[in-house]
Amino acid sequence: MISLAQTYIIEVMTIILYCLLIFVPLLLGVVMALYADRKIWAAVQKRRGPNVVGPYGLFQVPADGLKFIFKEIILPDGSDKTVFLIAPIITLALSITAWAVVPVQAGVVLANINVGILYIFAISSLGVYGILMAGWSSNSKYPFFGALRSAAQMVSYEVSIGFVIITVLLCVGSLNLTEIVMAQKTMWFFIPLFPMFIVFFISALAETNRPPFDLPEAESELVAGYQTEYSGMPFVLFLFGEYINILLMCAMTTILFLGGWLPPIDIYPLNAVPGFVWFLLKVIFVFYLFAMVKAFVPRYRYDQLMRLGWKVFLPLSLFAVVATSSILFFFNLAPGM
Amino acid sequence: MTAQLLTFYLFSGVILISSLMVISTKNPVHSVLFLILSFLNAAGLFVILHAEFLAMILIIVYVGAVAVLFLFVVMMLDFKTSINKDNILQYIPIGILIGVVFIAELIIVLINTKFDLSNIQVLPNPLSDFTGKSNTEAIGSVLYTDYILYFQLSGVILLVAMIGSIVLTLREREGVKRQVVSEQLQRQGKINLVDVKSGKGVDI
Repeated sequence: MISLAQTYIIEVMTIILYCLLIFVPLLLGVVMALYADRKIWAAVQKRRGPNVVGPYGLFQVPADGLKFIFKEIILPDGSDKTVFLIAPIITLALSITAWAVVPVQAGVVLANINVGILYIFAISSLGVYGILMAGWSSNSKYPFFGALRSAAQMVSYEVSIGFVIITVLLCVGSLNLTEIVMAQKTMWFFIPLFPMFIVFFISALAETNRPPFDLPEAESELVAGYQTEYSGMPFVLFLFGEYINILLMCAMTTILFLGGWLPPIDIYPLNAVPGFVWFLLKVIFVFYLFAMVKAFVPRYRYDQLMRLGWKVFLPLSLFAVVATSSILFFFNLAPGM
Repeated sequence: MTAQLLTFYLFSGVILISSLMVISTKNPVHSVLFLILSFLNAAGLFVILHAEFLAMILIIVYVGAVAVLFLFVVMMLDFKTSINKDNILQYIPIGILIGVVFIAELIIVLINTKFDLSNIQVLPNPLSDFTGKSNTEAIGSVLYTDYILYFQLSGVILLVAMIGSIVLTLREREGVKRQVVSEQLQRQGKINLVDVKSGKGVDI
């Protein structure tokens, strides 16, 4: 037993260190994303946004976080208390877990597994449980409606995301995220697969419950959706989980379509910049698009949302899978052929 | 090897406990959640066997899609009134019968099968042609060539089941107004000014 401890204790410590290396920048990223989201939204509406706490209002989000930490955690009387408290923890834990396989630079990744893209797809399909559990355990009608809507929405848009990922994989020939980026050395995939890029972007908005698809928390109908009964720390966990998921979707868009850490053109001053800077810039750009969409697109109606998912995106992406594979096959472009 | 063994016992222990909880908790939603937990740990066992593709597919299909629908249906039930303790006793004989049949089948299979434990390293790559390939590639190149007929047939069966359930639930209802987006977009003069007579409405 002692030899076991000696062998594995160093390994476990290194893994914990690596996890912190992911977790701490991610938390900082979420804080900045929350701030940027509010600032961009304000700028579109000709407001100033947060500008009081700290320089340019930069400390607004940490201040909000502190406020939530010191607030009382209210457990509704008729709620299923265990499930009620597990739900936000699951949401946050799953959203962080998915980041384990995201490569920020060539070789800089915690787990470079063979089925990286499937892993991310699997983890994000689990995210629906946090919301369903929260909505059910609150024992209140608004959270329940919010959870049902959210689950239906996430399950529907996962289908089209899956097909879009398949079109990308057809052009790569591997499920490994690093190899997906390396396959874009000659051309970023958003050029040949432009329609799929749009479908993926919109589906990512729906998958993360962002406006204009934020029906699960449509405040005009459902108070705050599945989070209605939450307060204090559990509420913050939901908020962080949601924003980490949004950042993950931004990173996925970057890796699948915008060439990951690769520079736009492979010439001297551009390729001397370290890869993670390019990666970060691209993620910020995609997040900026997310924030702009939130600022100026009105909310969809629920039946329009379902129509878009099942009657527009599903046939379109299914057709794209067939078309892409036919083109790759008949022009002998398929990798590994 | 010890770490692998420890993870194996962890996963299988959680599977056993959560499977027990599935049938012993009174709340149906809790049992579905325990079922999901045991699915996840089964995926963990697949990862230990180096079958990472199967593990991910298990999570995506069973946990991400099938179990969500389970949870959907169960959450809709009014389980507070549906639990009746007197009914439980009346199902025990059938339960015991099924259990006995299962155990008998397992014993018959185990007696007639010889496990070669010395050759356990073969497990991750049971087909010798595919050493060096990832198991996603190996599964793909077997599934779409040698077993294409069975693969297509199972797809057709699923399609038939899907169409059947849609046909069963489809019903035409009178007086339902539907939104046809293409017609709306093709309307002449996208904005109309109409004097609406009260009680009569407009004809668009």
